[in-house]
Amino acid sequence: MSHDFVKKSLTRRGVLKGAASGAGAAVLGAGAARAQGPDPLITEKQDWATGLGDGVDATPYGLPIKYEDDVVRRNVPWLTADPISSINFTPIHALDGTITPQGCAFERHHSGAIELKKEDYRLMINGLVDTPLVFSYADLERFPRENRVYFCECAANTGMEWAGAQLNGAQFTHGMIHNMEYTGIPLRTLLEEAGLAAAGDLKDKWVYVEGADASSNGRSIPMDKALDDVLVAFKANGEALRKEHGYPVRLVVPGWEGNMWVKWLRRIEVTEAAVESREETSKYTDTLADGTSRKWTWVMDAKSVVTSPSPQSPIRHGKGPLVITGLAWSGRGAITRVDVSKDGGKTWETARLAQEGQNKALTRFYLDTTWDGEDMLLQSRAMDETGYVQPTKHQLREVRGENSVYHNNCIQTWHVKPNGEAENVEVS
Amino acid sequence: MSKSLKLYLGAAAGTVVVLGTAYAAANASVDYPEVAVTHQKSAPVAAADAPAPQDEADAPVRLAEAHQARTTASDASHITVPTTMPEVSTEAGRFGLGRAALPEEVAAWNHDIMPDGSNLPVGSGDVWTGDEVFAEHCASCHGDFAEGRDNWPKLAGGQGTLADKDPLKTVGSYWPYLSTTFDYIRRSMPFGNAQSLSDDDVYAITAYILYSNDLVDDDFVLSNETFMDVEMPNAEGFIVDDRETTEAHFWAEPCMENCKGSVEITMRASVLDVTPDEGEDTATSEETGPPVEEQAAAPQAEPVQQAAAEEAAPEAQAGASIDMALAAEGEGVFKKCKSCHQVGDGAKNRTGPMLNGVVGATIGQVEGFKYSNDMAALGEAGRSWTAEDLNAFLEKPKDFLKKTKMSFAGLRKEEDRLAVIEYLKTFQ
Repeated sequence: MSHDFVKKSLTRRGVLKGAASGAGAAVLGAGAARAQGPDPLITEKQDWATGLGDGVDATPYGLPIKYEDDVVRRNVPWLTADPISSINFTPIHALDGTITPQGCAFERHHSGAIELKKEDYRLMINGLVDTPLVFSYADLERFPRENRVYFCECAANTGMEWAGAQLNGAQFTHGMIHNMEYTGIPLRTLLEEAGLAAAGDLKDKWVYVEGADASSNGRSIPMDKALDDVLVAFKANGEALRKEHGYPVRLVVPGWEGNMWVKWLRRIEVTEAAVESREETSKYTDTLADGTSRKWTWVMDAKSVVTSPSPQSPIRHGKGPLVITGLAWSGRGAITRVDVSKDGGKTWETARLAQEGQNKALTRFYLDTTWDGEDMLLQSRAMDETGYVQPTKHQLREVRGENSVYHNNCIQTWHVKPNGEAENVEVS
Repeated sequence: MSKSLKLYLGAAAGTVVVLGTAYAAANASVDYPEVAVTHQKSAPVAAADAPAPQDEADAPVRLAEAHQARTTASDASHITVPTTMPEVSTEAGRFGLGRAALPEEVAAWNHDIMPDGSNLPVGSGDVWTGDEVFAEHCASCHGDFAEGRDNWPKLAGGQGTLADKDPLKTVGSYWPYLSTTFDYIRRSMPFGNAQSLSDDDVYAITAYILYSNDLVDDDFVLSNETFMDVEMPNAEGFIVDDRETTEAHFWAEPCMENCKGSVEITMRASVLDVTPDEGEDTATSEETGPPVEEQAAAPQAEPVQQAAAEEAAPEAQAGASIDMALAAEGEGVFKKCKSCHQVGDGAKNRTGPMLNGVVGATIGQVEGFKYSNDMAALGEAGRSWTAEDLNAFLEKPKDFLKKTKMSFAGLRKEEDRLAVIEYLKTFQ
C-alpha cells in the first residue's frame, strides 16, 4: 500500500498538488512536526526494518528502483511522422551531477535503432588513404585507447522554442542532450594506420563518416577536426554502448552537433570535398530571416538551463532554503561561469560550479539561495573560456530570425509561482 | 576581442577547421603534454596549418590561463595515475591491425554521389516511369504528387517561401544539389526497404520529383549524362557558418545589475498546451491510480486475448482453402505495402505493424506496435479483422477509421484488395 502511495505521488499531477499544499504546510516548519506528535515512520516498526530484502541475484543487471520509474526518456509524438525516425528527451529535470546514465540518455534515430553484433561489425577506411583498410571489432580493441567525457547535443535541442514558449518542461525544451565518459580510439590513430600520404595536402580534405543502418546518416567532417579530438568509441560510462546509441561503435565529435556523432559507424572515407549529404544540406542547415541558410554550423554554442526548479520539478517546500541547479556547456571549450537571475534578467548573481568546467562537457551549477515565496522569473546564463556569453532569445532572433530550427542556445525563462509550480515563459 | 574571433575572422570557409587545430594544440597540452610537442613537430598532418598559439596576436591569454588552471587541477587529482598516451606516429600501418579492403568491398559500401555528379552509376529513368515507381514505393508517405502525407516529408512545392513565416523546404525549394536526392534515395529509401531499388528506378524517381517541382518537363529523361544539366533553384541559397562575425557581439562582458527596465511575461507555454502528458499522468492515474504495470495486467486484458483466440479460430480454418493463384497476385499487390509492413519469418513492426496472422485477428493487437487510439479501441471492443472489414479498410483507410495512422491512400480496385487479403492469409 505504501508503495502505491509513493508511486502515485510521483506522477506530475501528484507532484504539483503536493507542491501546492506543501507550500502552506512548510510555513509551519519544524515546529509543526513536533506539534503533530511522533512520526510513525520512526516510532512504528516498518516492514523493511524487520523482514528481508532481495537476494543478490534478484536483478543481474539492475534498473532504477520502481519509485523512480517516472525518470525516463519521453518523446513528443506530434514532432515526427513515426517513432522509427524520431527523437526523445533526457529527463534532465530529475537528474543531478553531470554524467547521464545511458538508460535515460536521449535517442535520435533516422531508420530505427538496429541490432548489430560485434562479430558482424566491420569498419572500413577508404578514399584518399595509402591502404584502404577493414577493421573488425576485435581489431579496434587492440589500438591504444582513451577515456574522455563529452556532451552530445542534438542541433535541434530547444528548436521548438524559436517562435515562442512552447513545451512545458526542461526535459522537452533542453533534453536532447547527454554527457558520458567515452572509451575509444582517436580517429587520428585509425587514419594514420591507413596512411594519409595519399591525401596530399590535408588542409582542404574531408572525412566522410557513415553508419550501418538504413539511413546511413552520412556527414562530412573537415580533416582538421578529424585529426583533433574525434573518437571512435565503443564504451560509454564504462560499459558497452547501448543499442540506441550505436552499439557496438559510434563516432564522438566533441562540441559539435549530435547528428555528426554517427552511430553504428561502418565507414570512414577521406575525400576531396564535402559530400553534401541529406543530413548536411536539407537538414541541419539553419535558415535565416531573409531565406538564405547557414550550412556547416557544426559547433554547439555555449548554453545553460535551470533544471530545478522547472515545470517538471516544482518547489515542493515553502519559502526558505532553496537549491537552484542546472547544466551548462559549450562546444568551444570549458564553461567558466554561470550567472542566475530570479527577476527575468534585470539582476544576476554568479552561481557555484560543482566542479571546474571541463572541455566540451556538461558543467553542473548550483545557486544555494533563500526563497521568499514570491514569483520568480528564473534564468541562467553561461560563459565559456572563449568569452562567449549565452544570448537572449531576442538577441538570437535579431541575427537569425525565427526559422533556423537548429542551434537555439537562448537563455531560458521559468516562471516560478508562489505555489511552487513553474512554467516555461518568454519575457520582454 | 577574444582569441577565437581572431582565428575565425581570417578563416572564411575553413573557419572551424582552423579553430579545431588551435584547440588540438591547446587541448593536447592539457591532457598529454608530451604528445602535444610530438604532434607539432613530427606530424605534418597537424602542423600543416596549425597556427602556433603564441603567434596569434594578443589573443591567447585568457585561454592559456584557463588551460593552465585545468592542467593544475587535473594534475592534482591524478597524482598516482599516469595519463600519458603512447606516442602517435604518422607511419602508415604502424600497428599492423586490420586488413586491406578489397575493391569489391569498397564498391559495395561506397555509394557517395558528389555534388559534381562523380560516382554516379550508369543508368537513366524518365518522368513517366518515375510516376509509376513513385506511386508504388514512395506515395504512401510522400503523397501521389510528392506533396507529402501527415508528418512525412513534402518533396515538392515551396519555391519562394524560404523567407516566409513558415517556409516549405523541399527538393525543389531548398535542396542545393541534385546529387543529394539521388544519393539519399539510392541508399536509404524506401523507408523500411532501403537499397531495394534499381539504379534506373532511382533515376526515374528523381526525375519524377524534379517534375513534381516544375523543374523539368514531362518528357525529361534523367541519366548520368543529363544529371548536371538540372539547375537547382536554391543552389546559391547557402552561406558557410558566419556566427563568429555576425554574432561577434555575443562575446562581451555580461551585465549584472540594472540590465533592463521592466520585465513582462510575453508568452506562456500553457497557452499552446502542446506538452505531452507524462506517461502515467492520465485521467485515471491519480483518482483511481493503479500503477502502469498493474493496469497492463488488469483483469480485462485476459478476456480480450481469449476473444482474439476464439475469433481467429474460424478464420484459420478458412485458411485451409486459400486460393493460391489469387494469393500469388496478392504478393504483387503487397509491394505497395512493403515499405511499411512486413510478413513471413522474422517479420517485425516497421512503420506499420507486422501482418502475420492479421486476417481474423483482433484489431490493433500486434505486440509492441503503437496504434492510433481509435484503432486500439476497436480491438479493445473485441472487433477483429474479418475479410469484409479488411476489404473496407484497404479501400479507403481513412474512411474506415478517420484517425488511423496508416497514411496509405488505399487500393482502388477490389480485385487488388481481395488478392492482397488472400496473400495475407498465407501468413497465418
